[in-house]
Amino acid sequence: MGNIRLSNVSKTFGTQEVIRDLNLNIEDGEFVVFVGPSGCGKSTLLRLIAGLEDVSDGRIEINGADVTDLAPARRGLSMVFQSYALYPHMSVRSNIAFPLRMAGLDKAAIDRKVAEAARVLNLTDYLTRKPRQLSGGQRQRVAIGRAIVREPTAFLFDEPLSNLDAALRVNMRLEISELHQQLGTTMIYVTHDQIEAMTMADKIVVLNKGVVEQVGSPMELYRTPANLFVAGFIGSPRMNFINGNEAAKVGASVIGVRPEHMTMSPDDGRWCGEVGVAEHLGSDTFLHVKVDGIGQITARAPGEIDLRHGEKIFLSPEPGKMHLFGQNGEIVSASGAVS
Amino acid sequence: MATMHTRSIARLMMAPSVILLLGWMLIPLSMTLYFSFLRYNLLMPGMEDWAGVFNYEYFVTDPAFVTALVNTLVLVGSVLVISVGGGLLMALLLNQPIFGQGIVRLLVIAPFFVMPTVSALVWKNMFMHPVYGLFASLAHGLGLPAIDWLSSAPLLSIILIVSWQWLPFAALILLTALQSLDEEQMEAAEMDGASAVRRFAHITLPHLARAITVVILIETIFLLSVFAEILVTTSGGPGYDSTNLSYLIYTQALLQFDVGGASAGGIIAVILANIVAIFLIRLIGKNLET
Ligand SMILES: Nc1ncnc2c1ncn2[C@@H]1O[C@H](COP(=O)(O)OP(=O)(O)O)[C@@H](O)[C@H]1O
Ligand SMILES: [Mg+2]
Repeated sequence: MGNIRLSNVSKTFGTQEVIRDLNLNIEDGEFVVFVGPSGCGKSTLLRLIAGLEDVSDGRIEINGADVTDLAPARRGLSMVFQSYALYPHMSVRSNIAFPLRMAGLDKAAIDRKVAEAARVLNLTDYLTRKPRQLSGGQRQRVAIGRAIVREPTAFLFDEPLSNLDAALRVNMRLEISELHQQLGTTMIYVTHDQIEAMTMADKIVVLNKGVVEQVGSPMELYRTPANLFVAGFIGSPRMNFINGNEAAKVGASVIGVRPEHMTMSPDDGRWCGEVGVAEHLGSDTFLHVKVDGIGQITARAPGEIDLRHGEKIFLSPEPGKMHLFGQNGEIVSASGAVS
Repeated sequence: MATMHTRSIARLMMAPSVILLLGWMLIPLSMTLYFSFLRYNLLMPGMEDWAGVFNYEYFVTDPAFVTALVNTLVLVGSVLVISVGGGLLMALLLNQPIFGQGIVRLLVIAPFFVMPTVSALVWKNMFMHPVYGLFASLAHGLGLPAIDWLSSAPLLSIILIVSWQWLPFAALILLTALQSLDEEQMEAAEMDGASAVRRFAHITLPHLARAITVVILIETIFLLSVFAEILVTTSGGPGYDSTNLSYLIYTQALLQFDVGGASAGGIIAVILANIVAIFLIRLIGKNLET
């Protein structure tokens, strides 16, 4: 069981309100990702759940029990820190064994659990090394090992991959997802990278300035963003936002169309523009098109497209893939049916 | 990786300072060594002649020698324990966020800037004096007889004075080391279920091991040659109760004008310092490895 419920949780540092009246329910076994720009309060929220910070107001429940005033160690959660926070003077074995030793397990049980964790994480050959003798990815795995031996109710990850290089990050992403499949334990994962959020999450919580903007599965957020912030944050490259006259024509304040939902044509379409930069990725080409009276629009084209700088092109949104936002930035018509 | 070329240039560049330092060290050392084998007394000038190991025999068989040796070791050991233990406590306290932190830290560091003679005089006349001293007043206030610290517990008094001087040094070094402790490590240990005491034992102490080693090494070097505090307060007395090796050498050389004997004592002190150093490095030097 690993059900976590936050009710009306607030956190202020001095006069700065970092988390504002936040409600959230995390189901047992879910992989939940908190995503948002840097400084929006993701780490703070995670630390509130962990018990490393006290809430200013509100209630935290784990499996139905109120843990708001419980010490971190008593909440049954494990955390993997951004810096890994390994104990530098201890061997890998001692690092992984540390929580078990603190829990007072006997030596045989500790050895068995450490060996098992090392096997799962491919660390068996490194057990006698010190953390500084390991690569970034190995350190990461030791930190995860230290977290799993405790068999916690839920795992908390704070940007665990941000210190790794790009290739390793993709690998570890898969490993963590696999670990979640194997263990079936609730995981809460903090990141500022929307790709990590999209690829790993069962449920994404989009945070902005300490407020939850939207909660939903990756595809829900992609298809039906609730407001401009979520629409701009989820999806890569970013959604195009068009305001002014064009938007007013369809009765909205802002129109949003994703680059992959643009159709291109050399002679006919809704908006006419000039190709600026074309970014060739091989599989796709991203065209940055300058449209008169609207500005820059990004469109995704097939990889093999042959277009030159300055060429004329017509862009039209795919039917039913337009998002209309009102004055306050909230959605008024999801996947706007446009005349 | 240094190449052959850069390495030889580096040697060349270092040579002047190395030669200067070697000369600085070797010339006095060899002169002391030379004098220690002479019958050389300032009261009988021009009568120096070869004495063999007589000076050493004389110095070592002097009953004061063993007392001084024991006093030296007791002084060094006690001050180390008090300053490192107390410094650790102080550093832990100073690392807490408290009101007026800057001022408090400055006050704690202050004793280190007081000259040894001055602080010894302050202790002698303002704290330990049996008539005007603060301790005497306190004792009277409690209805107890005043203690004449410097004559009834001379070595303990010296230990207190010297500890007071070195406590800030230890506290300062340990405080900086504490401040470099990764906060996330402590939080990880907290989540791993370690109590405050066990966090201290398993995380903080190992983190401080290197700083503690440095404090012990540096303090030992200076504590082996404590002199001013003894001269100003007890003059090594009563009897030889608070005489350490460096003070004994001083009495030999300047009170008895026996340069030969004092040189022999100096050489013995150098040997003792080296034994202590080797012992220390064996014992704790591994903490200094990266
Ligand atoms: N201990 C603290 N004291 C004061 N302000 C803090 C503290 N921790 C975080 N903050 C502030 O709270 C805000 C959110 O921080 P954080 O949760 O770390 O953001 P994120 O992890 O989303 O980048 C930041 O503006 C930060 O300055
Ligand atoms: Mg953060």
